[in-house]
Amino acid sequence: MSGFVPRDRRWHPPALTPDYKTSVKRSPGFAPLSFPTSLSEESGPVFRDDMLGPQDADLIHNFAKAGESAIGPRIIVHGRVIDEFGRPVPKTLVEVWQANAGGRYRHKKESYLAPLDPNFGGCGRVVTDDQGFYEFRTIQPGPYPWPNTMNDWRPAHIHFSVFGHSFAQRLITQMYFEGDPLIWKCPIVDTIPSREGIESLVAALDMARAIPMDSLAYRFDIVLRGRRQTHFENRPEGL
Amino acid sequence: MVQKFEQFRESPSQTAGPYVHIGCTPNFSGITGVYPEDPGTRMITGDVAGERITLRGAVFDGAGTALRDALIEVWQADAAGRFAGQGGDPAFTGWGRSAGDMATGEFTFETVRPGRVRWPDGRLQAPHVTFWIVARGINLGLQTRMYFADEAAANAEDPILTRLEHSQRIPTLLAAAEEGGTHRFDIHLQGPQETIFFDI
Ligand SMILES: [Fe+3]
Repeated sequence: MSGFVPRDRRWHPPALTPDYKTSVKRSPGFAPLSFPTSLSEESGPVFRDDMLGPQDADLIHNFAKAGESAIGPRIIVHGRVIDEFGRPVPKTLVEVWQANAGGRYRHKKESYLAPLDPNFGGCGRVVTDDQGFYEFRTIQPGPYPWPNTMNDWRPAHIHFSVFGHSFAQRLITQMYFEGDPLIWKCPIVDTIPSREGIESLVAALDMARAIPMDSLAYRFDIVLRGRRQTHFENRPEGL
Repeated sequence: MVQKFEQFRESPSQTAGPYVHIGCTPNFSGITGVYPEDPGTRMITGDVAGERITLRGAVFDGAGTALRDALIEVWQADAAGRFAGQGGDPAFTGWGRSAGDMATGEFTFETVRPGRVRWPDGRLQAPHVTFWIVARGINLGLQTRMYFADEAAANAEDPILTRLEHSQRIPTLLAAAEEGGTHRFDIHLQGPQETIFFDI
């Protein structure tokens, strides 16, 4: 018996969360249909770290003019991608995007009055190593207001897209920063049903990995769905 | 009390938000010079085997409006029913990503007609393409499958299609064949035509 541990939909945000208004017309009304995973969901796209450019994991510099860098508190974000059984997820693509230090995205639909940083694009990517570890360098994003009620603000956050080894593991989530009071006022954060679930997306300040006179560091671990394995099975990861 | 065992909980999903294209298709969103090409742009990378087809469609909200801020990904077998990384056609990635057209929201994938893949019990599934849809307002990525309306015989014995209790909703999973090898697959998030989404 193989396949994936079913997703706990009481742990994830439900589809319909009226306090996050956009979900009202974008949430399916029918319950999703459950069936066991087959090869179509247990397989997934394969990424190699040789797809990456030398600055893909350096958001401070990957959009900056030569010799310049993005403005803002410099940070390292690092962590490990594991599955629900604690097994590392090596060689998986992690994509990130974020606002600049003023809380402004480089996007044509963005209307916040905070200025663009000419040296900050806001995207980066990294492939996890053999033990599932990843690391990238960026600037701390600012909080920003967004249209929902008349005074909703997003806490500082970094968006994450993770693949795993199977299409069933595909996940998009957001990382928040330890100590940010806006986390507890955000209707998007609040779509997560439990405080424990929310806290699992809050990255901890990691002074041991800070670089003196250069960058602070935050640790953010990501857990993907686990593939069932019997004791007698010894399949290589990703197959 | 009982013995404790180590178990981790999946990271909770959060919406992809309105700016998912910055991270996933930066060139499309105007952030050029960082990646040479947006990931998932090309599914066919060489002299691929099989029938070349185009998948086209849009994602509609409950008001009937096409989403223009969605990100759509597809995953499928090659023409022989094999997946990339598992002996599949080296000229085929099996994975595509589309931001949709800026004005209409229409996604397009240039791909091949997938072969049949086995169900865990050994039966053959009908040819299908797995879809994953994220956007602002979608809290957990939506999984569904596209089947081909012109594969009636295979569809009639497919383990999932024959098991659906809502058989009158099956047409929501069928792409209509159009001229020039295009297959049209519209996804409806709500309403009378709501697409069947899967909890897999
Ligand atoms: Fe954001």
